[in-house]
Amino acid sequence: MENNIIEIFIGILMLFAGIKAVTSKKMLDSILYLSLLSMVAVVGFVIMKAPDVAITEAVIGSGLVTAVFLLTYSVVKKSGDIA
Amino acid sequence: MKKVLAFILVAILGYFMITGLMTAQEFSTYGNVNLDEKISRNFIDKDVNGKSDEIIYGQTSNPETGSANYVTSIIANYRIFDTLGEVTVLFVSALGVSLLFGKNTKKYNFYESNFILKTASKMIFGLILVVGIYIFVHGHLTPGGGFPGGAMIASSILLMYLADNEFKANINKFKQAESLSGSLILVIGLLGIVTSGYFFYNFLPTGTVGETFSAGIIPIIYTLIGLKVGSELSGVIYNFMLEGGEQ
Amino acid sequence: MIQYFSIILMLIGIFGLLIDRNILKLIVSLNVFEIGLNLFIVSIGFVNNGIAPILTANNSSSNLNFVDPLPQALVLTSIVIGLGITSLGLAFARKIYKEYNTFDLNEMGGNN
Repeated sequence: MENNIIEIFIGILMLFAGIKAVTSKKMLDSILYLSLLSMVAVVGFVIMKAPDVAITEAVIGSGLVTAVFLLTYSVVKKSGDIA
Repeated sequence: MKKVLAFILVAILGYFMITGLMTAQEFSTYGNVNLDEKISRNFIDKDVNGKSDEIIYGQTSNPETGSANYVTSIIANYRIFDTLGEVTVLFVSALGVSLLFGKNTKKYNFYESNFILKTASKMIFGLILVVGIYIFVHGHLTPGGGFPGGAMIASSILLMYLADNEFKANINKFKQAESLSGSLILVIGLLGIVTSGYFFYNFLPTGTVGETFSAGIIPIIYTLIGLKVGSELSGVIYNFMLEGGEQ
Repeated sequence: MIQYFSIILMLIGIFGLLIDRNILKLIVSLNVFEIGLNLFIVSIGFVNNGIAPILTANNSSSNLNFVDPLPQALVLTSIVIGLGITSLGLAFARKIYKEYNTFDLNEMGGNN
């Protein structure tokens, strides 16, 4: 019974982060919501008893993908071109 | 108008996918998989080639694969041909990035950091490097393996680049390490043909399940994969920090 | 229950691919789709009251109730390939910004 409640809670958090990442107006908000979605997915992998996949997704999804996105975003000049 | 049309299309696709999942006969319901009808039963009992007894941690000697982690024994022994294809895909994407950014020379400068940040980041850099090396050396006993260990090495280099503006890593040594590890993986595969007649055959003796020096060629292959992935991703991160003088 | 949530996450990713005009947000939607796909593949091999597929000193026999290790091995490869695709796409996006000075698909012009 407790397992079902934890799964539903993690699932609703993932859907909230996913919808906000796709439909937000600024570019910086989308990148940060993607990082939050990746961290919640690591908890989902641990619930399904897969430790190898959880370590790989934690290192790659929250470390390297976010860094590469932010290094590309810093090219945009400050005036205009936010949306 | 475009949003309404896209929403209708996605809703129709979702209706077909979810009812197909609930009523198809090949998909059993969530959690009721019967492992005896699938090939994973042979991977768990380690008897792909013939019958063998029950595997016990610390007592069975010379089983078919010898590693205590079942996912490692699938990636590095039973299905190593797919791992070879994946190493090739990573190599092609790193090659593409370095072709596009090859002519830039100037490094991007962040804010000037003070003395505390520079000293503390040197301590954490050593810690992350040691944890990464531990994860890919013990790939056959603990969860992890070559791929997250290599990515940890790359993120320690990223930390040093972000904290200190005068840190310069030797990129030529990374490139030589990457090409050497990649060639040694193929040499081990060809040695399998020379000694036993099959590509990537496990020709070293597999000891007792659960010791450090066991499982034949699996620790050697994972060490080489960890070094190769680590230096490749460090090169990609370094290329993203350059900006060009002219086009 | 996580299986249905991962299918909805895949559909959110496809919706994002159809609706956005900014190149950076297209790559974010592609990543959302890939996270949903990896969750779905791992959830195929789950066994009720199973344990993680590693032999340790506590779980020391091979007759216990393990989860299926084969889908986990396939997903490990897929996560690393997703990183390679994302980095190559972002390298192209940076070159496009230097040439046209915008990330928007409608303002780039073309050979109409």
